[in-house]
This record gives sequence, structure tokens and C-alpha cells, in this order.
Amino acid sequence: MNRFFDIPSDLQHDWFGLIGLHLREALLPVLGGLLLALPLAQLCVRLRWLYPPVLWVTTVLYAIPSLAFFVVLIDYTGQTELTVMIPLTIYSLVVLVPAIVDGVRSVPQETLAAATAMGFGPVRRYIQVQLPIAVPAIIAGLRVATVSSISLVSVGMLIGNQGALGNLLHDAQIYNRPELAWNSVITSAALAVLADALLVVVRILLTPWMPSGARGAKSKAAGVRPDPAVPALEDAAR
Amino acid sequence: MIRIDSVTKQYPDGTVAVDRLSLDIPDRAITVLVGPSGCGKTTTLRMINRMVEPSEGTILIDGVDSRQQPVNTLRRSMGYVIQNAGLFQHRTIVDNIATVPRMLGWSKDKARARARELMERVGLDASFAKRYPYQLSGGQQQRVGVARALAADPPVLLMDEPFSAVDPVVRKGLQDELLRIQAELGKTIVFVTHDIDEAVKLGTMVAVLRTGGRLAQFAPPAELLSDPADAFVEDFLGADRGIRRLSFFSSAGLELLTTPIVAIDSTAEQIAARGATAAPYLLVTGLDGRPLGWSEPGALTAGRVDADRLLPYGRPFVAERDSLRAALDCAVLSPTGWAVAVDAEGRAAGVVSQAAIGEAIRGAHAAGREEQPAPAETAQKVIR
Repeated sequence: MNRFFDIPSDLQHDWFGLIGLHLREALLPVLGGLLLALPLAQLCVRLRWLYPPVLWVTTVLYAIPSLAFFVVLIDYTGQTELTVMIPLTIYSLVVLVPAIVDGVRSVPQETLAAATAMGFGPVRRYIQVQLPIAVPAIIAGLRVATVSSISLVSVGMLIGNQGALGNLLHDAQIYNRPELAWNSVITSAALAVLADALLVVVRILLTPWMPSGARGAKSKAAGVRPDPAVPALEDAAR
Repeated sequence: MIRIDSVTKQYPDGTVAVDRLSLDIPDRAITVLVGPSGCGKTTTLRMINRMVEPSEGTILIDGVDSRQQPVNTLRRSMGYVIQNAGLFQHRTIVDNIATVPRMLGWSKDKARARARELMERVGLDASFAKRYPYQLSGGQQQRVGVARALAADPPVLLMDEPFSAVDPVVRKGLQDELLRIQAELGKTIVFVTHDIDEAVKLGTMVAVLRTGGRLAQFAPPAELLSDPADAFVEDFLGADRGIRRLSFFSSAGLELLTTPIVAIDSTAEQIAARGATAAPYLLVTGLDGRPLGWSEPGALTAGRVDADRLLPYGRPFVAERDSLRAALDCAVLSPTGWAVAVDAEGRAAGVVSQAAIGEAIRGAHAAGREEQPAPAETAQKVIR
């Protein structure tokens, strides 16, 4: 059991150091992805024609293996954490953009029309009405992006031990110490579960206005209601 | 006054939502826009606060073109109530109501105090203040919607089918509440509905629009019911407009008979004396004066009236206050064909036959033909 936490010195960090490194490499890309996705999603909401191509591009980027990204990036950013984090940021967009777009679009037409009628300009309406109501959908997207990012960081071991906990997999092999592989897998999984739980707590704190037990169900139901004056409503909501 | 001056709205795809519409919307009164789906009533309403921009024509507010002032200033000067309330689900009730005052720069405390005052005005318990919209019923949410629209005390209130998504009982309550609030505040209200009964009940003036956004008739509701402009309006008003028009005539002119009323403790002589009148039945009242039921004079004996054996009297109408429509309804419901009038406390005030009500209706119609009721009079119409 002692050997379980005995991290080989070539990694230059103890177990907690690796965890810190791992979280930084996994979470900064999600944060960066969120900062990119927010304006991108708002553009997609306002310009409907833009959404399908944006979705297509993010999906294609997601399909590119991270190894291919590394090969291209390594000429510019070297064997650094940044080389690992750039692909992870791009990958997070495939989840975050649709999550924000769907969340913002799920705001009922009546709510938007009421906001417009009360004299909300487009920016104020986006920040004070649409985004807060989209918070549950955005956090749902963040949960998926975060968990996947935590698991994907490990691949950074391929470019010179930039994979944080993932480096343990490599060391397990070269030092023939399988317990290091177990350590890597279990610790990553635990981090993912904890990060996910933390996001759920954040969601609960941010949305005291949601009916407990019926998460998201209400806004969806309100979103599909047919309306007799659709052209006028859409005109007003724009 | 809001003047809609030959306004047209055409969408890029060629659809004409509103076609050269002109309307003078009177101040401090409820003007109802009513018509079938696709008649442009909602579009017209939204052109007033420029949520939809007219393609042609102008809208003047107190003589000034609505495009003269910044659009958000214009909108904040008009309360807006929408179907399903459109509340901000992420804000508490009190903060929902305080939205516009906050945008106008009121302090948080002042805006919330105002919001609580309005909750009381629209009949919401103060305990709702800190709740969220999902915790309220549809009718309660709509009350919040009305309070939110009134928050900054705007002179104009735009209401877009506000009560059409709630059940009929709640809707009636909300309508009565709106009339009560309007009697207190005297706003200029433009109200959109597809329900002609709602239009007739609430409107001081009613504009009937036809598909394609053209005006079919603009008149006070009583005139609409008595003189529909054409077959479309007549058809839209429905089959029983004659009966509905009776809502506008007071029952005050009815001659109530008090002789066929006997108290439950009457003596044989009293019953005999009452039994000799024109009425074929006697109305027995309790000791408190409230009606119990009808009885044939011969079947009535002094001292031991069995209340269970009396004929039911249906539903009474309140003398003076209720309309002829209510009185006629009571007469039709009553198995004896006589309607029972009660006073405000529910005590029997008299009885009246279907024939006498028919006479009063003919008289009211004759008077109505001589002079059409002016808008000011219909504003104080009899509310059932």
C-alpha cells in the first residue's frame, strides 16, 4: 500500500502535486471553452443560420485525435501543458456550445416578449434573463465537459510527461509497477466524480428558483407550446 | 389618447397582418381588440409599444409620433401583460414586480415596497413575495403579471390575451379583478382577446377585426350586440347575442310583487289573504326573510310548513344591481316560471313573472332604439 502512493521521482511531483497539475490541465480548458462558447452560442442564437455550421465544425474538431493536434501544436507550443490544454479547450466546445444554445433557446417566448416589452435591450436581456434561465442547461454541459476533460488529460503523457496523473500509466509500464496504473485510474475517476458533484452543488446554489425533482422539465414544456401569433412573437423576441 | 392612423404591417414573406387600420383608443377606458386567429390583433397591440414596427402609417400617443422617443423609454411607459404571464422564473415574485421600477433607477427598497403594495392591490397574499413563479398557480402568476405591468404606474396598459390560458372560473375572477382595479386606477387599457364574451364583458369600446387585419366594427359592446355591422360580426358574436345584450339593461325597472310572499310562521288568515292574489304560487320565506321555496296556496297550512316539500326557487337575482339577463335566467331556472329577487343581504325582495320580464325587455329595447347608449354610460354597465 505504501508503494501505491510512492510516485517515481522522474515525475517531479508527489501524489498531491500530480492531482493539482491534473486539475489545472483539465479545468482551465473547460473554463476557456466556456469563455469561448458563451459569445459563440449567443451568435448562434441570434443568427440562426450560423448554428448548423458551428455545430458541424465543433463536431469535426472533436473527431480529430488529440495526437494529431499534438503533432501540429508541438512546433509552436512545444512539449508544454499548453499543448495539452488547447485540444481539450476545443473538445469542450462540442458539448458547451449546444448546451448554451439549447438552454438559451429554452427560455419561453412569453418571457422574452415580456422582457422586451418592459424595455430590456438585447444585451441586458441576454445577461439578466436568458443566461440565468439557461444556467441549468449550461451546468449540465459543464459537467460532461469537465468529466471528459479530466479523463482526457492523461493522454498528455505522450508528449513528455505532460499528462499529470496519466504519467503514472507510463511509469507503471517502464518500472513494472501495476499499482501506479491503479493509482492513476482510481484517482482520475475520483476527481471526476468529485468535480461533477461540486458542479451539482453549484447548480443547486445558483438556481433556488427551480422546482426540486422536476429539473428542466418545466422549461421544456413551456418551450413547445404552440402560439397563434408566431410571426409577431418571433419578431418581438428578436 | 392613442391614435392608430392607417397602419399596415406586412411581413417580408408578403403576409399582411394588419391592413390600413385606424383606431382612436380613448383614455382611461378599456378598448378590446377581438377577432379570430390571424386577424392581426396581437400585431396591432405590439405596434403600439413598437415590439413590431409598422410597415406604413403612424401611431400617435397624445399627439406625438411613437417613433419620436427612444424605444425602451416608450416601452417602460406602458405596462405589458402577456398570456401565461411570462414571468422571470429565476426571480422571486417581489423582484419580478419590481423589474421596471428598478430599471427606472428606483432604489431596491423603494421598488420592493412598491411591489408589495401592488401585490395587495391585485389580491395576492404577502406571503408570496419571496416565492418563485413555479410555486404559484396559473391564475396567481397572471396576477403577478398584472402587478408587474402596473409597477411603474404607467398611464397605458397593453394586455395580450392575458387570461386565455387559465380555466374559466379563474378567468372570471381575474376579469372581475381587472374591472375593479380599472375602476380604482383608470388606466388606458388595450386588451387583446379572441373571446367575444370577454370582449363584451370588459370593453368600453370593442374593435372587431377580421382575418387579414381589417377592422370590421368599432363600437361599444351594447351597440355591437344590437347592431352588428355585417354578417361577419354577427357570426362572430354568436347565436345568443340577443340574450347577452340583456346584460346591458338594469333590472331596476322591473315591477316586483311582494304579495305572494309569506313567512314560514304565517297564520291561516294571512295565507288565505295572500293566496287570493294573481300569482299561482306563494314564496315561503324563513324567519330571517330569506326565500325557502315555492308552494301552491292550497297545499299551505299554517303552523307546520314542511320546508322539504316546497318547490325549489332556482337562483335568485339581486334586485336593482343585477341585469335583466340575470333576472330572465332566474325566471327560466325557476320551476314556477317566476324569478325571485333578493336584496343585498339575501332577503326576498319580491317576485316577478317571465311575462313581466319580457315586458321589461321590450321596453328596454324600445328605449335603446330611441337613443343609443353613449360610451360613458356603457362604462358603468351592469356587471353580472
